Amino acid sequence: MNSNRLFNILVPLISVLIGLFAGALIMLGFGYNPITGYVALWNGAFGDLYYFGETIRQVTPYILTGLAVAFAFRTGLFNIGAEGQVIVGWLAAVWVGTTIEAPMYIHLPLAIIAAAAAGALWGFIPGLLKATRGVHEVIITIMLNYTALYSANAIVRNVLSDNEDKTPDVAATASLASEWFQNMTFFSRMHYGIFIALFAAVIMWFLIERTTIGYELKSVGFNQHASKYAGMSVKRNIILSMVIAGAFAGMAGSMEGLGTFGYMSVQSGFNNLGFDGIAVALLGANTALGVVLAALLFGTLKVGALNMPTEAGVPTELVDIIIALIIFFVASSYIIRWVILRFKKEEK
Amino acid sequence: MDYVVEMLNIRKEFPGVVANDNVTLQLKKGEIHALLGENGAGKSTLMNVLFGLYAPEKGQIRVNGEEAKITDPNVANELGIGMVHQHFMLVEPFTVTQNIILGSEPTTFGKINLRKAEQEVQALSDRYGLKVDATARIRDISVGMQQRVEILKTLYRGAEVLIFDEPTAVLTPQEITELMQIMNALTDEGKSIILITHKLKEIMEISERCTVIRKGRGIDTVNVADTSVTELASLMVGRDVSFEVEKRPSEPEETVLKVRDLVVKDSRKVEMVKGMNLEVRAGEIVGVAGVDGNGQSELIEAITGLQKSESGNILVRDKEITNLSPRKVTESGIGHIPQDRHKYGLVLDYTIGENMVLQTYYKKPYSKYKILNKKEIYKKANALIEEYDVRTPSAYTKASALSGGNQQKAIIGREVDRSPDLLIAAQPTRGLDVGAIEFIHKRLIEERDKGKAVLLISFELDEILDVSDRIAVMFDGKNVAEVKPDETDENELGLLMAGSKKEKAGGK
Repeated sequence: MNSNRLFNILVPLISVLIGLFAGALIMLGFGYNPITGYVALWNGAFGDLYYFGETIRQVTPYILTGLAVAFAFRTGLFNIGAEGQVIVGWLAAVWVGTTIEAPMYIHLPLAIIAAAAAGALWGFIPGLLKATRGVHEVIITIMLNYTALYSANAIVRNVLSDNEDKTPDVAATASLASEWFQNMTFFSRMHYGIFIALFAAVIMWFLIERTTIGYELKSVGFNQHASKYAGMSVKRNIILSMVIAGAFAGMAGSMEGLGTFGYMSVQSGFNNLGFDGIAVALLGANTALGVVLAALLFGTLKVGALNMPTEAGVPTELVDIIIALIIFFVASSYIIRWVILRFKKEEK
Repeated sequence: MDYVVEMLNIRKEFPGVVANDNVTLQLKKGEIHALLGENGAGKSTLMNVLFGLYAPEKGQIRVNGEEAKITDPNVANELGIGMVHQHFMLVEPFTVTQNIILGSEPTTFGKINLRKAEQEVQALSDRYGLKVDATARIRDISVGMQQRVEILKTLYRGAEVLIFDEPTAVLTPQEITELMQIMNALTDEGKSIILITHKLKEIMEISERCTVIRKGRGIDTVNVADTSVTELASLMVGRDVSFEVEKRPSEPEETVLKVRDLVVKDSRKVEMVKGMNLEVRAGEIVGVAGVDGNGQSELIEAITGLQKSESGNILVRDKEITNLSPRKVTESGIGHIPQDRHKYGLVLDYTIGENMVLQTYYKKPYSKYKILNKKEIYKKANALIEEYDVRTPSAYTKASALSGGNQQKAIIGREVDRSPDLLIAAQPTRGLDVGAIEFIHKRLIEERDKGKAVLLISFELDEILDVSDRIAVMFDGKNVAEVKPDETDENELGLLMAGSKKEKAGGK
């Protein structure tokens, strides 16, 4: 059992290392020095407190979208819809944040709950269709991503603003922005949301590992027949799983709307928070702690990479390739598993 | 001595376990050689070594006296070794011939010569008395016929040595007799057969010699003529085994389960139970005998709430439970040992502990306010593991890591422990070895003696005859006859199961 756990930690670590190594080869191949490249990446993520603050800011929504994908995975569902759930969450948070007047202890929680509820609704639809009609959740969630994107754009333009490209800023009473954090990190956009994200990770762990709800959800994910035999409602659990997953992603949207930006603008395309969440969940082995660690890595790569063109002259496209390679090796961790098992056998 | 296949001192290891240790099996030309062992004893591993799926760490394989390196199944085929699998590997919409030539189709200028192949297959079938119609589609022929197609497949590929993996598990008694005739016809023609089985009676009946393996080790090879069922059993298990299912006569009391005019359709909307009537009373074991596919599975699914019934009633202690949800059915006092323990009985990725509370996790003390109490769960699990002799490294081991017998003991522990008024056991000993079967039969009878009603569904006639107090024969979705086990025999039951009327069968 112990060696099994070690194995689960070892495989993602090796995946990341191979990804970094492959990235180094690519940089070498294009005539860049990989060491300066990675030093620039490191500096860009942790070089001073400003970068550190920005990294944490990026990690925050990654944790939540990672949880959204991981939670559904544990029930045997593939939530590709975190992207759309983020958008509707963002919209709902900004809507509440800009149109309601209330003291902070009501306004801020209300805005976050609205975001979670919007995301939950966006999860409920594919959950319901899957449970009652057997429609595959991947198809529905992909379609709902577009529905969310263009509906949100229309609402931002026509309802929340007067034909502008962005909404007004949310009221101070609904803002997650933290002057204290900002002063500490040379005015990065780091905000209080990180605490909410970490708390959400604890909730996910508790739900999955410690409650009868998690017991049923996992059971349905592992074996629907045995779950039905044991008197669980397979349909209800499928819907519930997508609702909770959607709520996590919706909250990720509120991190952007109430924290990082403080408004919502018309978006020309997806911001990839949801799609990156899939990679975060995979790398984190769909556990709460794993997701937090994987989100930290992704936030680091994303923010640190911004420094690579300026400090090491590596073009951004190459940086994207390197990140993609890391994801590739994570996703192909099956191969790494196989190789390790092979070596173990040889030793004996 | 002329050996066609010799496996000498074979050793095969997997990480952490020795699956075969110093096993020797020598197959004479023209003999039927039984390979006997409990589940998990290493029979399949040994045969997979012979078939080229595993490479042995030590030992030697000789074919016709020459050392052979069998690196993959194709090599085995070329050496004339063929396997008749327990689970048939046939393409249902294809004809018999199409299935047989699959992978080695005879072609003329790139076009499959089906006519020629059909003639060849038919000739082979006639030669060994298989009575297979080469042009029939697989989905239209019986399970017994499908098995013969598997046999033909190996013969068509030129097999001289045939390995039969648990061939009688899916057959009716009549089909078993016919299979034995076929096996004798094969050996008469000079073929040699390795018969993998744990059914001792069959070994006594048909094979000349028998190699016994226990816990991976080769124990002995005996001449069947010089041995007895009891000796074989103790060789296999490593201790004396009692075959007599000891029980006193039943004292049935009030009716617990009543099924009236029940009609159930399966998932494809085909009517499978067509007006079933059945009663089970407290303190008796009712066995339902029948060939697989005559509505037994659907009957159980309807009683346990897994499948809706079309019409009719199911009553437990005079309370209507027709079309209630599985949970309501469970709570009305029914325990269910499902036919397919991997599909229904267990969540294989859960630990044994988590599986032990699969029916009760939402109740105190296992959870309170929806929060699981792991301490209580594992306390219960450890108690059940102890009481039902589930051999597992710990309660934290995944259910998938246990052997079939121990998985089944865990399920029985879980279901019996809830002390249900009615215990439904569907094929409770399928694929288990003598030791585990003995244990499970004892438990079922204990429950009966406690005054519980037990409904036993099994395709094994021995089991039905040994354990039941009353036998209901199910044919074509109906209860066609009820007999007492001491007033009937396998022959009569076999005929009833095949649909002949009781009078014609010469019954009482």
